[in-house]
Amino acid sequence: MQGVDGLFERMVHEHKDRVFAASLAMTGNRHDAEDVAQDTFIRAYRALATYSPERIRDLKERAWLHRITVNVVRNRVRGVKPRLVELNGSESDHSPGPEARAMEHMQIDELATRVADLPIRYREAVVLRHVRDLSYAEVAEALGQPVGTVKANVHRGLKLLRGDNHDRVDD
Amino acid sequence: MIALTTDLKRLGAVKAPAGFADRVLAQVGMADSYAPFDTVLGTVYVAWNRLGVAAAARSKSAREFEDWFRKDVGRQVMRAEAPAALAGKVKDELNGKRRMRFDLRGLTTFEQAVLRKTRQIPRGEVRPYGWVAREIGRPAAVRAVGTALANNPIPYFIPCHRVVRTDGAIGNYGGGGPEAKRAILTLEGVRLKRLQDMARRGYRYQGVRTTKIFCYPTCYTGRHALEKNIVWLHDEASARAAGFRPCKVCRPAAVA
Repeated sequence: MQGVDGLFERMVHEHKDRVFAASLAMTGNRHDAEDVAQDTFIRAYRALATYSPERIRDLKERAWLHRITVNVVRNRVRGVKPRLVELNGSESDHSPGPEARAMEHMQIDELATRVADLPIRYREAVVLRHVRDLSYAEVAEALGQPVGTVKANVHRGLKLLRGDNHDRVDD
Repeated sequence: MIALTTDLKRLGAVKAPAGFADRVLAQVGMADSYAPFDTVLGTVYVAWNRLGVAAAARSKSAREFEDWFRKDVGRQVMRAEAPAALAGKVKDELNGKRRMRFDLRGLTTFEQAVLRKTRQIPRGEVRPYGWVAREIGRPAAVRAVGTALANNPIPYFIPCHRVVRTDGAIGNYGGGGPEAKRAILTLEGVRLKRLQDMARRGYRYQGVRTTKIFCYPTCYTGRHALEKNIVWLHDEASARAAGFRPCKVCRPAAVA
């Protein structure tokens, strides 16, 4: 029991930024991103409690956590539509830095909103490949899809983000 | 084209908000959460985690409680919705039913022993500091018992207010000073005036003539004795000399 707790605490500290960044790109706003990131870890904790020591030892933490994040987002999308507008400034955590930082912050959030607008299968692929910077093989594993599918989805997702709609994009 | 993937990488470098890890750990019960409870003692803030209740205080505000907790317990604490079961336990505990579990991590084994022993003092009764010291096998550590109780992180539920001085003085109280201690004991049904009158005249025990047993004055086993059968006693030696044996429930002296 102590073992799982220690492991989990380390995992939270080590992966919180990654999981949050992926959640932000998937949901498009910081409020939902925090919900998704929290759900990811809570699910991870419950799962860990049921895993055998061998399974825990062989765990590829990053791919595993990303897979959980993807599932959390998929499950949410069925219920609620991601909010595109930041309703309340949940940014109290960011001390008002220099103007340049605030600008960058806004740009990033704006980009996150655009990414979150992508259809879910392109979004997952783009977020894991380019936001999280995983290899195609890792993305394929996290999504449980063939590498070829992932490549195609990343390609189409990027195309959509560039606003390049000349190519036919099915959806 | 290059710019887009670079921007996406910058998006990937976003940091989780401050306090995120603590909120996650609190959610799974590994860190502490707290909520205010309306009780007979007024608003009591209670902090808990998966191991049990970790702290309690009658703070004036949530902010004050948080500050105190971080400083005293040395961990972060998050406001949360109280689990339904906990509200019932808070109520029951203050009514004298023992249902709570506690998280005493961070306290020394001596402090933990003092608090566990103190927890066994029933509602409506009091014991001297020396009794706690003797019961945990450290009869000389009376002062240290006082210090451990003064630092009790979970007053009201671990009833440090039920430990008083032998001379009848009420003794100090970390949960709001001697006045608060007196008020809580009165609320619990302790006849403080009688207790203090006796103490001032040098009486520490009461014996019951019919049973030939002597007790601490608040012990419930002696509560139904008729007034005419009660004898006041100064100390163990004179009690034994008069043919009394110590009560096995409140243990005013080592029971042979």
